[in-house]
Amino acid sequence: MSHFFLRALDRQASLAILALLVLAAVVPALNLLTPPGSALHLSTFTVSLFGKYLTYALLAVALNLVWGYCGILSLGHGAFFALGGYAMGMYLMRQIGSRGVYGNPLLPDFMVFLNWKTLPWFWHGFDHFWFAAIMVLLVPGLLAFVFGWFAFRSRVTGVYLSIITQALTYALLLSFFRNDMGFGGNNGLTDFKDILGFDIQSDATRSVLFAASAVALALGVLVTSAIIRSKYGKILIAVRDAESRTRFLGYRPERVKLFAFVVSACMAGVAGALYVPQVGIINPGEFAPANSIEIVIWTAVGGRATLIGPIVGALLVNAGKSFFTGWLPELWLFVLGGLFVAVTLFLPRGIIGTLAHGWSGLRQRRASSSAETGTDAEPRLPPDMPAGSKYEPAAAE
Amino acid sequence: MSERANNNLLYLNDVNVSFDGFKALRGLSLVIAEGEMRAIIGPNGAGKTTMMDVITGKTKPDTGDVYFGGDIDLTRRDEADIASLGIGRKFQKPTVFESHTVWDNLQLALSGKRSVFAALFHNTDAREQARIDEILETTRLGHLRNRLAGGLSHGQKQWLEIGMLLAQDPKLLLVDEPVAGMTDEETVQTATLLRRIAETRSVVVVEHDMTFVRDLGVKVTVLHEGSVLAEGSLDHVSADQKVIDVYLGR
Ligand SMILES: Nc1ncnc2c1ncn2[C@@H]1O[C@H](COP(=O)(O)OP(=O)(O)OP(=O)(O)O)[C@@H](O)[C@H]1O
Ligand SMILES: [Mg+2]
Repeated sequence: MSHFFLRALDRQASLAILALLVLAAVVPALNLLTPPGSALHLSTFTVSLFGKYLTYALLAVALNLVWGYCGILSLGHGAFFALGGYAMGMYLMRQIGSRGVYGNPLLPDFMVFLNWKTLPWFWHGFDHFWFAAIMVLLVPGLLAFVFGWFAFRSRVTGVYLSIITQALTYALLLSFFRNDMGFGGNNGLTDFKDILGFDIQSDATRSVLFAASAVALALGVLVTSAIIRSKYGKILIAVRDAESRTRFLGYRPERVKLFAFVVSACMAGVAGALYVPQVGIINPGEFAPANSIEIVIWTAVGGRATLIGPIVGALLVNAGKSFFTGWLPELWLFVLGGLFVAVTLFLPRGIIGTLAHGWSGLRQRRASSSAETGTDAEPRLPPDMPAGSKYEPAAAE
Repeated sequence: MSERANNNLLYLNDVNVSFDGFKALRGLSLVIAEGEMRAIIGPNGAGKTTMMDVITGKTKPDTGDVYFGGDIDLTRRDEADIASLGIGRKFQKPTVFESHTVWDNLQLALSGKRSVFAALFHNTDAREQARIDEILETTRLGHLRNRLAGGLSHGQKQWLEIGMLLAQDPKLLLVDEPVAGMTDEETVQTATLLRRIAETRSVVVVEHDMTFVRDLGVKVTVLHEGSVLAEGSLDHVSADQKVIDVYLGR
């Protein structure tokens, strides 16, 4: 077990985790310990905005685990994020207690409004934070398990799998819109008052939520790195590149994929749970298929199958989104679409992937030039196996 | 039934496979003994690869028996099961994990637990290391251990795949066209390697290269249109008029 996490801490992962932990300490300090007029001061609005971006980044890290490293293009990861968000939202609703508009100590306002007399069974337990925290992991994880179990066992892959993940989030969107589902229908859950007894609007709470998001993202990086550097991670990549070949070695790709899918869904759930208190609302819109597609774009822009690419992508694209929606809101969707096309065509490895590739390409070129000048000890090609030997398929007769 | 149990590792009886009405295997019967090496030859489309697909669970036969080790019915098992039973396969088109290094390819093939959790917490030990080093030496890939498999030449990939087979430590190896794309010298080396491997296990080799088959010096089965046309030593089948007509003579 200790090996499992120690192995994860290579240079890149350590740097990323360290940077996130520094952020978790410095940003709250700049918000809480500096006077509002000072040049160093970060407004609470900014802190929460970036806190939200960090939860998006965690969501992209989650998607990257299945898409980048295992080739499962999920177009429904927004669903796991939203379910984690709802679990947290339910806890926050119960925290309101009798401070709601109707002053009902047990029932959230929307239930009183619908004339409900008792709390539905699935709302029980959400008055405890620990219970909600378990549900944040359990509900997305369980859904991913059941969905993945059937999809991977039936060997549904590629576009078909993408389509059914999209259908999954769409089905959830429609169900959560219904008032009788018991999740606040169209309006969702909002008007939160406090979290663990602290005022959810206060500067200090906002700072702590930011720090929690940064730490969660650091954990996401650690878990991903640990998984990728284990033998299981190698199998994951092998399944991505040549699924049927792994079967002939005795592996079961359906189980390999299922594990990654469930871990990824749990990560997405945590991201959603941290997102909701920072934006103050969760509604069915979070299940919108377009949201799930955006996650794919963040990951592609930053670089899939790289450790920090998804984080970079999520931060850049969302900062761009905030900028554009403030400036030319009607243009944003075109910019986003254009960005995706441009990245797919000109930067298929994404930003970080291209940088990393360029770097190792440069190193290789340097190595081969030293081989030419005779400074490299190792011959590049074995004399008994010329690289030039070509495959000539037997002529069709 | 007696033939099935009698020391026979692999037993195929009257196997039929058709693809959309086209009969790729028709009444194919074949018996491979424990420790035997067998060469399979035959024209393109004879059903050689399809036979391997049937044995490894990739293709389910329409009718017929496929038994391994006497009483294991392979038609009821899937690919992963069959691999774990001890049947390894090298594909006609070499398939290695291109974005992994040569070393990682061998490690993934190495026999051992196949569960997700075993793999998550797996630590490479000295024994495993030694085993991989040994295979690297046997397949002469030692100096390429840290190269990505995608960057290997065709012949090197063939050898890596044979190395992966060795790592799997199977009871039965199915080797589909191992010397395609190799130089003459590599071909000779491969024959030597396969003969060495066959000392401790059963091997079925499909190959078009007659010099190579002669080098192997083992019993030959000629397939044609999905069934066995002739069987015996290479000299024996080469003299068979039917074999000359459909295959060798052309
Ligand atoms: N999945 C499939 N679907 C349809 N037809 C197939 C399929 N697999 C094989 N066939 C056909 O079955 C016949 C036997 O093919 P097979 O690949 O077994 O031949 P082979 O003896 O290995 O030939 P080669 O020497 O060219 O490798 C061929 O005519 C082929 O086109
Ligand atoms: Mg073939």
